[in-house]
Parts: sequence; C-alpha cells; structure tokens
Amino acid sequence: MNEVTVPPKPAAKTGGMRQALTFINNWGTVIAIILLVIIFAVAVPQFLMGSNIINILRSISIVTIIAVGLTVSLTINGFDLSVGSAATLANALIVSFFVWYSMPMGVSIGLALLLTLLVAAFNAFLIVKVKIPDLFATLATMFIIEGVAMTYSGGGSISAGMPRLDGTPTVGVIPEAFSKLSQTPWIIFIMLGVVALVHLFLNHTKHGRYLYVVGGNIEAARLSGIPVNRYRTIAYFVSALLAGLGGLLLASQVGSAQINAGAGYLMPAVAAAFIGSSFAGQGKPNAIGTLVGACLVGVLENGLVMMSVPYYSLNIIKGAVLALALASTYYTRRK
Amino acid sequence: MTRSETTLHMQDISIEFPGVKALDSVDFAMRSGTIRALIGANGAGKSTLMKVLAGAYTHYTGEVRIDGKTVVMDSTRTAKGHGIDIVYQEVDTALIPYLSVAENIMLDYMVNDMKGMRVSWSDIHQRAKAALERLGLTLDLKQKASELQLAEKQMVLIARAIVHERKFLILDEPTAPLSQRETDELFRVVRDLASNHGVGIIFISHRLPELFSICEDISIMKDGKMVREARIDAITQQEVIEAMLGRSFEAEHQKHDIPLGDPVFSVDGLTEREGRVKDVSFGVRAGEVVGIAGLVGAGKTELLKTLFGVYDVSAGTVAVHGKPVKQRSPYDAVKNGIGLVPEERRKEGILVDEPIYKNMTAANIDAFTGPLGFLRPARERAAARKMIEQIGVKTPNETQQVALLSGGNQQKVAVGKWLLTDVDVLLFDEPTKGVDVGAKGDIFDLITRLAEDGKGIVYASSELNEILRITDRVYVMYDGEIVKELVTRETSEEEIMYYATGGRNG
Repeated sequence: MNEVTVPPKPAAKTGGMRQALTFINNWGTVIAIILLVIIFAVAVPQFLMGSNIINILRSISIVTIIAVGLTVSLTINGFDLSVGSAATLANALIVSFFVWYSMPMGVSIGLALLLTLLVAAFNAFLIVKVKIPDLFATLATMFIIEGVAMTYSGGGSISAGMPRLDGTPTVGVIPEAFSKLSQTPWIIFIMLGVVALVHLFLNHTKHGRYLYVVGGNIEAARLSGIPVNRYRTIAYFVSALLAGLGGLLLASQVGSAQINAGAGYLMPAVAAAFIGSSFAGQGKPNAIGTLVGACLVGVLENGLVMMSVPYYSLNIIKGAVLALALASTYYTRRK
Repeated sequence: MTRSETTLHMQDISIEFPGVKALDSVDFAMRSGTIRALIGANGAGKSTLMKVLAGAYTHYTGEVRIDGKTVVMDSTRTAKGHGIDIVYQEVDTALIPYLSVAENIMLDYMVNDMKGMRVSWSDIHQRAKAALERLGLTLDLKQKASELQLAEKQMVLIARAIVHERKFLILDEPTAPLSQRETDELFRVVRDLASNHGVGIIFISHRLPELFSICEDISIMKDGKMVREARIDAITQQEVIEAMLGRSFEAEHQKHDIPLGDPVFSVDGLTEREGRVKDVSFGVRAGEVVGIAGLVGAGKTELLKTLFGVYDVSAGTVAVHGKPVKQRSPYDAVKNGIGLVPEERRKEGILVDEPIYKNMTAANIDAFTGPLGFLRPARERAAARKMIEQIGVKTPNETQQVALLSGGNQQKVAVGKWLLTDVDVLLFDEPTKGVDVGAKGDIFDLITRLAEDGKGIVYASSELNEILRITDRVYVMYDGEIVKELVTRETSEEEIMYYATGGRNG
C-alpha cells in the first residue's frame, strides 16, 4: 500500500456502484441488525418483547466487555488472542479467593484483576522485547494461561463448599453483592460504562490518538518521537484488564469457576471487534462499533435459539458472520 | 579455451514512464570477455538501461542486437536465453532464505528447465558445485541461504547466473555493501569470468577508484542519455565527473548571510553499532545550514537516523547547545530538541490516512492536551490552520486527508509537524525527493526561515545542486564516513563529486 498508485477514475456507473458498496460497508452492520430483528419478529412474535431485548443485552454484556479490550489491542495493529484465557484466569482466581480463602470482596476483585494484568505483562514482554509477532505471541500466552488457570484450580471447577487442593475444608461463599453485579440492570450498566470509557479514551485523549497513530504507521509514529513500545504495552494491559473484568462477571453470573470458562468468548469477541471496525465508516477498531458488532452476534444467537436452531449448530452461523465481517474489512482495502 | 566473441549492441533505446522520459535514444555497445563500467549520477538511467537489457522493462523503443541479430527483449527469460543475466543490488530479494546454497544456485534450472517430478539431488549438487568451482569458490552447498554473509549471497547469485552459459553479466552496484577484502575477492571472480570464461561484465558503480582498477571501458550517462564512452586509460577521474555532471553551471547560492550564533549541535566520533556510520564528527551553529553530501548508499540516511536515536550508537557523543545528550530512541531525541524529516515520506514521515491536523500535532500532542490527557481538538485545528498558512500548504482545510495532498504539500506537512514543537536542530533527509519544482522552492524558503529563527539545520542530499544552493558548509560522506569538509561558497559540484566517489585528498 506504500506505492504511489494512481487510482483509475471510476466511470459514472461504477461510481454509483462504488458509493452503494461503501454505504453497505459502512452501515451494513446496522442494516443487518434491523433486517434480523424484522425477520425474527415475524417468525417468533415473542422476540420483540421487552424482557427479551433486556435478555439480549444481558447476554452480550460479557462478550462486549472482552471484545472492547480486544478492540484496544487491535488499535495498535496488534491482536490479543489471550483474552479468553485471561478471563478464565480471573474467573478461577476470584472464585478461589471467595471460596477457598474467604477474602473480602473488594480485596478479591482488586487482587484478581492485578494478577490478570500479569498476562498483559507477559504478552508485552514477548511482543515488545522478544519481538514475536502479536498473533503468535498471544497464541502462546493463550495456551500457557489456560494451563496456569487449570493447574491453579487442580484441573477441575471450583464452587462453594469444595475443599482446597490440599484437602483443607473451606467455608467461603460467593458474596451476595458480587452475584448482584451480573444481574440486570447492573451488568448492562457496567457494559455501557466500559464502552463509554474506552470510547472517550480512544477518541478524546492523547493516549487514544497515539494508539491509533502507532497502529496506522508504527515507523512514522516512532520517528515522530512517540514512545511506541510504551503504547503497545498499554494496549495489552487494557485488553487484559477488560478480559479480567469479563472473567469476574462470568464468575458472578455462574457462581462457580468452570474449566476454561472464558475460552468460548474469544471467537464472538473477535467477531464483534471486526464487525465493529467498519461501523459508521470509521474503518478502524472502535468501542461503539464493537458494541454494535456484539449486538449483531447477540441478536443472531438469541433469534436462532428462539427459532429452535440447536445450540450446537450456532457456531456455523457465528463463524460465517465472522467471515463476512473480515471480508468487509479486507476486501475493500486497496491492494 | 577459445570462444567466439559475442557483440552486444543496444541502439536508439528510449523508454518512458508516466511523466518521465527515463531513457532518450541511448546507444550502448560492448563485446563479451571485457569489463565495462556504467556510471552516472542518481537518476541518470543506468539501472533502467540495464533492466531493458535484462528483459525487465519491455516497453522500450529501439533495437537490441546480439551478434548483429535483432532480439526483442520481451521477458527476463528471453534475455537469459540469449545469455544475459543481472545480479541486482538487493541480493535478498533474489534468494530463497529457507533453501540451501545448492538449491538457490540451481533455482532457475529447477523452475524452468527441470523435466518431470523427480528432483535429482545429486545432479543438483553436482551442477551447483561445478558453478562454484568455475568461480573458484568453496561454499557449503547444504548451508541455508539465510545463514550466509552478504558477500556470499552475492556469490551465490553470480553462481546462479553462470550455471547456464552467460555471455553478458550485469552487476548492479555489487561493491556497495562489501568490505575491502570481499571487494577484492569479487574483483578476482569478475576478472576470471571475463578473461577465462569470456563473459562480458557490465559493472555499475559509483566508486570511481574501483572502476578504474577493474574496468577496461567506461560508459557515462546523464539525464537518460549516454554522454561519453571511452577506454578507461584514455580518461581521468576528473573528466568522468565532469561528464556525469554535464556542463558546469553555477548553481544560484540562495542562502542569505545569517549571522551565525553559538554551536547548537555537535557530534564527536559518532559510530553506529553495526558500522553503518563510522567515526563521524561535525558541528552546526545556530542559523547555519550544514549539508551532508554523498551518493545513494554513502550512509547519509544512516547517519541521520543514528543522530535521531533510531540506530544504536557504539561510540561517540552528541551534544545539543553544548550539553551532551543520551538518546536511545527517537522519543529521547525529540525531548532533546532534535527533529527528523525522513527520506521515505509516505512510510516514515506522515500518516497518510489521517487528516493534516493530526499529522501536524503528532510530535507535540502534549501542547494540545488538557487534564487527564483529554485532547483539545479546537486548539489543535487552530494551530494546524495557522501552520498551513504559514508554510503555504495547498489544501482546502486542515481536516483534509494527507494522502490526497501532492508530494510537495505532504512534505510541508512533515516539516510543519516539527515547527509546532520546540526543536533546536532539524535533520532533513532528501527533503525534495518526489517534490515538484514550485514546492521545492517553498521548502528551501522554509529551511532558510528556520535558520533565521536560529535553528541548526542538517541537510542531507545526493542532489549536489541543492546542497550548493542552500547550505553554508558541506560534509561529504563516502562509505559511512565523512571524508571532507568544504565551504559551500568556495566549492563546486565537481569537487564534491570527487570526494563522494572515493577521491582522497591529493
């Protein structure tokens, strides 16, 4: 893309085509959501009930939060595949703090998030210092952290009343207040808060500006005196922090720590972030777009379930949506 | 072994690229078994001419004749079929790093000539070994290409070229990255190919002493034309330089006399860790424009990037306003008051997808940032508008995407970025590359004004007339070193070129 290419002048007809294509590319996500809503509403009347709308929003909350973190890693032209594992780790940690060690809620949350940030530190080390390409580095981290979380929980789930790994009986329970976090409306508020904060951070602070500059042209960024490695590191920290938050909310929702609880969130998060980057013609990863992308995935999933499509077939459709989102990102790019 | 001599004749060769006539009815002739130098300033058309000969540019007009018979050079395959091959300067683009030396040597054969599915490794190895033996070289055939030294990679490519019988071999600046010992070895191989194997060698280089030591004939190009051909012993280095530069015209010296202030920038014994810059010392005073002259590959870009903290320093010091500064990254350099306008504008200088104002504030965003790191876009845009007016960027407004500006205006944005910061020293690397004449004048004016403001300017360029036009003093670089300091008013293109092509103090 660096060569100076003179784009061929589009003839009037293809110009119209091109405009239509651009419009579809920019607003396709929104159009798709509206179309899906209409189709599902006709097919299943209960779909449009208020309680179902709330249900959809609740169901996408955790995905959205994790996806927004992933979005931040995409802004620097990186890719954090380890978000699912980071969520799993936070999930196992918080439940163990409550159940095994009966620690107070504030301390538990803080400590779990802090420990999850070690994932980011490790990612940043591999990517910035060892210079492994982002995708491969975080792929390795993904497996390592998955293993760490499983080893920590002794290869099984953790729930109230279970003894510690060394056999010590425990009396801890998940606090009531903590369980509240994942109930409506709180979880929706948390999601919207995260989206709003990250939106402000990316679009209205100097740090966000620098993240995009680093992602757009790392060499030009470096030669402008921007500390590029610092900003790449920051991106992975935000990503892990939000993945950790997603893991905590998952613990609050389920009330126990399951094996690889966060793994299933990676794919929809990637889909949401990529669908979102074309939102409103921004052409770059952005928080609000990611929320919209997550909505699309959520509406699709919810509607299909209501139409009695078996859960085990959903991945076919979700995967196809991801392929479509990627197509819209890459197909329109100049060669 | 006696061979029949082959003659090559390129006649009336012209070629055009959009907007440029790169070759203008060039004649070029030589015989196999001889070594001919092809020289010219940057952009003279040497590489273009050789690409025509090697079948890489097919839309030429004119005739290529081999032994009197006209050949239409319509592909590299045709050229190779007629015994013509080229070894490009960027050896890595022609090698497959994962494959062995033997496989790389035999690549053309394996791709084009091998019949059937079966690879006969013993055959491949035998032929590769034979090619190396013809060059008098011993290389481990099983070693991977990625593990080779640069000089060895070059040898692999030469070996590849002579697997088939070659009548003409073009070497495009083969010595630029080589050490003296490696250069000697290359010369031995080249002489051997010419005298014992009857290969005609076309040797492109900027280094005059080298050409005089190895070549028998010389062809000199300028501005897409062949301006002089001679036996090498019938011409002097001075005459070659004059022919390369053409009629000697006095470039208008436009730098005003600005009273020079204190030294703002001093460099002492600077050496880059990988030896790309060696023991460089120079100084710049406030209001002074100092030129770094040198041909492409002399180490100008490397010097500027080392000064800007991109490359690591292994020895030497840099001081701004007499205060020694340590810089391990461009981030440090900017903090120390140094700015760089890089050569590769689109890759390194600007953010093509971003609007002008975001480009202009990229190096100094803190000045437009409020509490908690929140941006103040209104201020940002106001500052950008003012700068656009001040330096004359032609654009409807400050939100225009930089990709849509002309080269000259993009360059102004790249300069404007530093004017919004508080730098004391500005390093320019070929700032007029790809810039039209009008914008060129604007950029010179801009640089002059910066000098008047008391900044120290370092202006690196291979365009000697620019160096003469804009600078106060010139340092000439050759092979990573500064070989000569000259006062602009008292020097000439010829004198600079003499040192830039490896001439020494006589």
